[in-house]
Amino acid sequence: MSAEGISKFDLVIAGVGGQGTILASDIIGKAAVKEDLSVRAAETHGMAQRGGSVVNHIRLGCELGSMIPMKGADVLLALEPSEALRYLEFLSDDGTIIVNTDPILPVTVTSGLCSYPDVDAIIAKLKETHEVKAFNATELAKEAGNPQSMNVVMVGAISNYLPISPDTLKECVKELVPPKTVDINVRAFEMGRDITQG
Amino acid sequence: MSTREYMLGNVAIARGIVEGGGQVISGYPGTPSSEIIGTLAAMKERDFYVEWSVNEKVALEVAAGAAMTGVRSVVTMKHVGLNVAADPLLTLAYTGVKGSMVIIVADDPSCHSSQNEQDTRRYSQFSLIPCLDPSTPQEAKDMMSFAFEFSNKVQMPVIYRPTTRISHGKSDVELGPVNETRPVAEFVKELERWVMVPKNARVQHVRLLEVQKTMQEGLENSPWNSLELSDGANVGVIASGIASVYAKEAIIKQSINASFLKIGTYPVPENKIRTLLESTERVLIFEEMEPVVEEQVRIIAQETGSTVEVIGKLQGPVPRVYELNTDICSDVLAEVLGLERPDVPAEVAEDFDYNACRIDLPMRPPVMCPGCSHRASFHVMKKVYGKDAIFPSDIGCYTLGIQSGTVDTTLCMGGSITVASGMYQAGEKKPICCSIGDSTFFHTGMNGLLNAIYNKADITVTIVDNRITAMTGHQPNPGMGKTATGEETSEVDLVALCKSLGAGFVEKADPYDLQQTEEVFKRAKEFKGTSVVITEQLCVIDAKRSGLRRKPFTIDADACVGCRLCVNLGCPAIEFDKDTKKASINSMCTGCGVCASLCKFDAISEVKK
Repeated sequence: MSAEGISKFDLVIAGVGGQGTILASDIIGKAAVKEDLSVRAAETHGMAQRGGSVVNHIRLGCELGSMIPMKGADVLLALEPSEALRYLEFLSDDGTIIVNTDPILPVTVTSGLCSYPDVDAIIAKLKETHEVKAFNATELAKEAGNPQSMNVVMVGAISNYLPISPDTLKECVKELVPPKTVDINVRAFEMGRDITQG
Repeated sequence: MSTREYMLGNVAIARGIVEGGGQVISGYPGTPSSEIIGTLAAMKERDFYVEWSVNEKVALEVAAGAAMTGVRSVVTMKHVGLNVAADPLLTLAYTGVKGSMVIIVADDPSCHSSQNEQDTRRYSQFSLIPCLDPSTPQEAKDMMSFAFEFSNKVQMPVIYRPTTRISHGKSDVELGPVNETRPVAEFVKELERWVMVPKNARVQHVRLLEVQKTMQEGLENSPWNSLELSDGANVGVIASGIASVYAKEAIIKQSINASFLKIGTYPVPENKIRTLLESTERVLIFEEMEPVVEEQVRIIAQETGSTVEVIGKLQGPVPRVYELNTDICSDVLAEVLGLERPDVPAEVAEDFDYNACRIDLPMRPPVMCPGCSHRASFHVMKKVYGKDAIFPSDIGCYTLGIQSGTVDTTLCMGGSITVASGMYQAGEKKPICCSIGDSTFFHTGMNGLLNAIYNKADITVTIVDNRITAMTGHQPNPGMGKTATGEETSEVDLVALCKSLGAGFVEKADPYDLQQTEEVFKRAKEFKGTSVVITEQLCVIDAKRSGLRRKPFTIDADACVGCRLCVNLGCPAIEFDKDTKKASINSMCTGCGVCASLCKFDAISEVKK
């Protein structure tokens, strides 16, 4: 867990290159700065972005390095189910997993080289050790108006856990998404927020 | 407006260049450095000159020329780029500069996006040019104004070395005022200073050695070095650059009473090191990659007759490879101080056993995009030259062709044509067909082609021309008729260029047209001497951004016999169902149509609407 004197809240965002993990972490980072929290974040750029596995670290109320230690994260926000499992080592024993259940098949699977594990089995596995909030965020984003807003649904879902007010987060959603998609994304944010509430 | 903003490390560095009053900025793209010039070039209002140069040597010389006139210049590159620019670098140390010059070289420990993890601080020692090593994005910004001032004061260029975690880290950054002064460019002829003939070089070498002490003293008490002595400390910890924040976190986490010396400059702060050595019985040194600080500490300890135990990476246990992190620092501290090891040892990171989860995770390697024309070029190349042919390649998105079996070597930028030539000259009898991207060809590939033709290498050179520098984030290059800031400029004619270098065979092909491409490659293979094939098709990401939309394709399940010809292309848009033994096309299809022309059963067609 995030420790006194080091960080207030440590979040790991896992996903696949192209899913919008950077925008998700930007919304949270920018909102934190608006609320006078210091922020440190680390992102995957370059070669690995081309459809590869990507992970972002984001630490709120932290003035040290951006890399979250093993078993250090308060929440693991996974935009893709198999990626939740891949980065589980970063999550604290008391941490929570918020996971989108919609899989993206890697080329190793689409070409028939290996198989993709059963999503229910992944979720069951995660539940053995941690509190898990699993839902199909891609479907919710479609309902909101665009499947590409899945990342914003996930930001809404984590908003119930962050030490940042939802209004500030929503403000940053509006500032950072393309102007034409503001309404869809605000809806996406609210839908994600509703699903992890209570 | 708030003066505190959330920004990427490289954006903070760009802001630092603006605040420091940078006037001429040049560079060549390379992860993790590319966004610095990208940010400056995208600014709507700017009172500085910024360019993408064709390679790092060129970029460094452009910045050097600017600094010779008395203005403030900056050059940016990734660590391996400095190898290309090492020739001017080492002699620039002799001439020094008149205005200010900052050489930004971004290191990539752990090779996130690189072919090696060399340590730029070694170049600082080698060239006797000072080096700054930021530990956070905030410091990275603040250091830039200091770098300009210091460079001007000592009349020397300054190396400035962020690492991936600085350049691609994000942080809240407090902005500062902009230096509005603008020295006017005026070159003053001083032959003994600017003309490095032997007579002058010998004199300048002496000057370079003399200025070392002034530089060391000037950096010792800069804000980038700080020493905190702690009463009754168990250990003295020395940490440089980004390693200092990891070490600090580990010390706090394990409640260790340690004196702490943070180092951000080279030459290192010798007095602070001496003071620390006098205060403790052992020092532990954290730095990423090479033991640069450690060697200096050992030299100082020997000079002062100190009996302090120096613990670092020369005799273990701090690793000399890959990035450091808080877990590694915690582990080392526990080992050295005999503390209970932290609950999660660092090895977990490397040896994490996915199978222990009892679920096998499929690998998710980075791949060429759906519809990427490189995939088609490689497919035809392999078909014409055969599996046994040798395929030297280069550095760019097409290096991902390693999965297609058409990347047999990757050495350095521009190293494909030359390696191919060497193999041929050695007497290798198998057909040799190398591949190189457009930007890499302009970078240092052209020289290799000239050499191959001149020395009659019987090889085929494939220029996979996607009309942009794609891998590093879509920077313009001389093949596009567009400068860094989007201004129109002359567009290089690749065919004419290759012909003028002496190539007897130069032909263009559209890689989406498999048949035409195959015919071109066949003619190239038959040609005796160096043949050049240019496979030209827009990068799919760039095409999408510029509004180009093609109709996607679909597979008729009844017609599909499950031969896997299309699947073997390795396109992420093509899926294969093991149970039904049928291929299908998913929503990622960009409509290149390559799979359709490959299918022998006419099962693949454009989606009708």
